[in-house]
Amino acid sequence: MSLRITFATAGRILRQLRHDRRTVALLVVVPALLLSLLYFMYDGAGGTFDRIALTMLGIFPFVIMFLVTSIAMLRERTTGTLERLLTTPLGKLDLLFGYGLAFGVAAAVQGAVATAAAYWVLGLETTGSAGLVVLIAVVNAVLGVALGLFCSAFARTEFQAVQFLPVVVVPQILLCGLFVPRGQMAGWLEGTSEALPLTYAVDALIEVGRHLEPTSTLWRDLAVVAGAAVVALVLAAATLRRRTS
Amino acid sequence: MASAIEVTDLVVERGKRRVLHGIGCAVQAGSVTGLLGPSGSGKTTLIRAIVGVQVVASGVVTVLGRPAGSAGLRREVGYVTQAPSVYADLTVRENARYFASLYGLGAGDADRAIADVGLAGAAGQLVGNLSGGQRSRASLACAMIGAPRLLVLDEPTVGQDPVLRSELWAKFHELADAGTTLLVSSHVMDEAGRCDRLLLIREGRLIGDDTPDAIRAAADTADLEEAFLRLIRDQEQAVAR
Repeated sequence: MSLRITFATAGRILRQLRHDRRTVALLVVVPALLLSLLYFMYDGAGGTFDRIALTMLGIFPFVIMFLVTSIAMLRERTTGTLERLLTTPLGKLDLLFGYGLAFGVAAAVQGAVATAAAYWVLGLETTGSAGLVVLIAVVNAVLGVALGLFCSAFARTEFQAVQFLPVVVVPQILLCGLFVPRGQMAGWLEGTSEALPLTYAVDALIEVGRHLEPTSTLWRDLAVVAGAAVVALVLAAATLRRRTS
Repeated sequence: MASAIEVTDLVVERGKRRVLHGIGCAVQAGSVTGLLGPSGSGKTTLIRAIVGVQVVASGVVTVLGRPAGSAGLRREVGYVTQAPSVYADLTVRENARYFASLYGLGAGDADRAIADVGLAGAAGQLVGNLSGGQRSRASLACAMIGAPRLLVLDEPTVGQDPVLRSELWAKFHELADAGTTLLVSSHVMDEAGRCDRLLLIREGRLIGDDTPDAIRAAADTADLEEAFLRLIRDQEQAVAR
């Protein structure tokens, strides 16, 4: 692995993004718009809005970056750029961490805008700081990137790639405690939710909602999410073959 | 003269189909070698085996003295795939600079490669907005940046106008004179005459490996297309007997 090549790759991916103004606009604006929608849906029920909006600030970057990355990686495969890159001094991890870094930066911008809108425009209130919310959003986005890169290895077409969203992402959203508190789920469902990384991200956000200072639970949760992201990136590297048939 | 590429008994299978049936050949260092054959004959598969991205069933491919695809070769071999493998949503210059950075090279090297393929005037344009011919030249520029010892080009002149095609071939020979080895595939026979040496491939088998003049002489015709046809006929008769 080479830091120089990793950073060059991240820079290249961000440059590609910059040429696609519409995607940039959608990335930045859509989460804030969806939060506004929630605000009007839960008009007058301040506590419920706070709980759901806070969770959504973690879920949006995860879902969006998963989708964007699976398609971006699939494009590298279908246009032949991946085949060519693998004949150059670029290491597999340079490419994958380059993606993680580039979309992590994009997620930081997205998270900052969405969080600012939630606190200043929509009146979201949490006991802990908004900075931690952005941090969790970014780590979550990197998890989405890592899972997207891993899943794209199993897709040959865009149609297949988007099908991984309901398979990999939706169960995590259903079980993360947003719809039914995890303690009220059947034992096997609660157990399953404990094996899914998004659960820990949502748990960390709930900690920010309740506590003024970052708790040890929050740091543990973040470490689990970050660890899951690294594992997924390494698995993605393992599925990336220099030689194909 | 030393060989830059040596292929021995190469067999490649795709699914249940055998695509290459025990190919053996050598490419001399510092030469322009043409890999010619109709579409579907196995040219791209052979090229992919040489750059080390093809799973092979059996056989040995040695490139610049090392097994094809070994890590040390990644700085020495430049590869241009058949479809232009550059980023359509970046400009020509951004593409070239990215590939330059992979070899630890800078903007100057990238700009030189762009000028070498005649794209200096389009350097600021998005690759997606270029014509097909310009796009494949952008792809070629990205392979030339690292000054590789071996350049493997899969149909680099498709869609180029005759003047540019002639300039590209002059460039190939200039590189070969400076010591670079070039393996260039094509399905257009009129390009065969521009090569120092030819490998003729058909249905996954090598049916000719010689200089253009020797192939013409062996087939007793001045026309390479006709020579290729006669080689095929001879081979089929040999099989029938």
